[in-house]
Amino acid sequence: MKFLRNYLNKIKPNFEEGGKLKAFRSLFDGFETFLFVPNDTSKSGVNIHDAIDSKRIMSLVVIALMPAMLLGMYNIGLQNAIAAGTVATTGWFDMFVYGFLVMLPKIAVSYIVGLGIEFTVAQWKNEEIHEGFLVSGILIPMIVPVGCPLWILAIATAFAVIFAKEVFGGTGMNIVNVALIARAFIFFAYPSVISGESVWVATESVCGFGYDVVDGYTCATALQHVANGVAITGADASVTLSVSDMLFGFMPGSIGETSVVAIAIGAVILLFTGVASWKTMFSVFVGGIAMLFVFRDQLPADMPIWHHLLLGGFCFGAVFMATDPVTSARTEVGKYIYGFGIGAMTIIIRVLNPGYPEGMMLAILLMNVTAPFIDYCVVQSNVNARAKRVTKNK
Amino acid sequence: MGLFSKKNKEALNTPLLKENPVTVQVLGICSALAVTSKLEPAIVMGLSVTIIVAMANVIISLIRNTIPMRIRIIVQLVVVAALVTLVSEILKAFAYDVSVQLSVYIGLIITNCILMGRLEAFAMQNKPWPSFLDGIGNGVGYAMILVVVAFFRELFGSGTLFNYPVFEKLGLYEIGYINNGLMLLAPAAFFLIACVIWYQRAKDKSLQEK
Repeated sequence: MKFLRNYLNKIKPNFEEGGKLKAFRSLFDGFETFLFVPNDTSKSGVNIHDAIDSKRIMSLVVIALMPAMLLGMYNIGLQNAIAAGTVATTGWFDMFVYGFLVMLPKIAVSYIVGLGIEFTVAQWKNEEIHEGFLVSGILIPMIVPVGCPLWILAIATAFAVIFAKEVFGGTGMNIVNVALIARAFIFFAYPSVISGESVWVATESVCGFGYDVVDGYTCATALQHVANGVAITGADASVTLSVSDMLFGFMPGSIGETSVVAIAIGAVILLFTGVASWKTMFSVFVGGIAMLFVFRDQLPADMPIWHHLLLGGFCFGAVFMATDPVTSARTEVGKYIYGFGIGAMTIIIRVLNPGYPEGMMLAILLMNVTAPFIDYCVVQSNVNARAKRVTKNK
Repeated sequence: MGLFSKKNKEALNTPLLKENPVTVQVLGICSALAVTSKLEPAIVMGLSVTIIVAMANVIISLIRNTIPMRIRIIVQLVVVAALVTLVSEILKAFAYDVSVQLSVYIGLIITNCILMGRLEAFAMQNKPWPSFLDGIGNGVGYAMILVVVAFFRELFGSGTLFNYPVFEKLGLYEIGYINNGLMLLAPAAFFLIACVIWYQRAKDKSLQEK
């Protein structure tokens, strides 16, 4: 550690005003504060000194995302093997490596584009490089189908970082979730690569791993089957999907969202470290369950209604997207309302809009926009209640 | 006072950039969203608005001293409505396809804030010739933005320019290019106008708020 510190101190002058590598100052700052707790302290006011800062929070979220990502990679390989009809002869490690190789370029593209823009903006405005993209950069590849082309991913990432984040003032100032804006951009601009039935399975072998699947192989997600009225459970189901498949995520879907177990591990990490709020997570499920009861007559009769909570992006959205501290409601009561709204809207969209089998993305974006209003109402009602108490006592 | 004295030139020039009706005054946004998914209707729309603003400005300017102040808005409306109806009929007669594409938006020029704004702010106080120049300036300033927005929307949304398949001829679809569907939706025009405003403000420091 000592050696690293000394080395950084030695090269630091190069990056300061007048140094040779001044153009990379923000990059150096970013790395230095990533490795060491920054030295500068506040000059005024009362402050609590703590090693936790947004870099550490972001790192924790990335760690919490890892289980979902690893199982997602395995699932890519598994779905590819199922499509090629070679599940029995392919080892789990081969499947995982294949998924890893398919996933790697997506993560790389997302980080290079996003961090490139962040770096440029930081250098241009003479600010420190923001760490917010650490999480967004890994979320974006996890919430798109495996069949999404890299150039579209790059455009969507650039769009989201510029229009959802930088124009509002950078990390911590965005109104809506950046990763979801990237997904929404793809959803509206290139609907063919994010919906439909041919994008959920990787069909080309990479570096000798995986299999080339025949052209035109289609495989719908569970929710698409539900929306199309195809039974997925029960005796006369044409596509069977067991509850354990739903739990472990061995089904087609966006890369990171399928495995409930992996997401649950992430949720435990987030809750244990206090990064995410249990109130938001909890109320998303409450909202979803409440709406499922309201619509229980309109749901397919042969599918237990709680399956809706396991399918699609419901869990992933509830754990990683809804709890985003920047875009969710800040007040404690507001978090309940905000979460409930997300769960409820998701089910409403799934049930009532036949065009959109999945509603998690749109529900979260909608509630992101409403969150400041919820906070305003909560704060104002508290102010009113106290004002009333004062006048009554007089 | 010459035909192109300094003041007259100003009436023509300022609405083009410094006082652009769309990007600086943020007027006429509704039609800028509606008609810009293709270049052709955008140009026709810009042209129609230019002609109508210029003509209405001249007419109002000519009769400005005889209009009673209390009913001036009604008088302005009648003049604009007459001109809009004229343009709409001419389009139907000579450019039927475009007029179908523009549908109600030609008729809705009457509600375009740029028109009433210019009549109230300029034509009521100025002589016919400067009013005419002001109308042309504002119309062209509006049309300019429409064309820029429509260019990008048509190129990236449909892959065409004036319905000529540019991207197909370049062979982009064969290497996996897909048209951007968002560009055909109205929000894309919002983003593009925002980009134009962004660019313009970055260039012209005097437009930036403190």
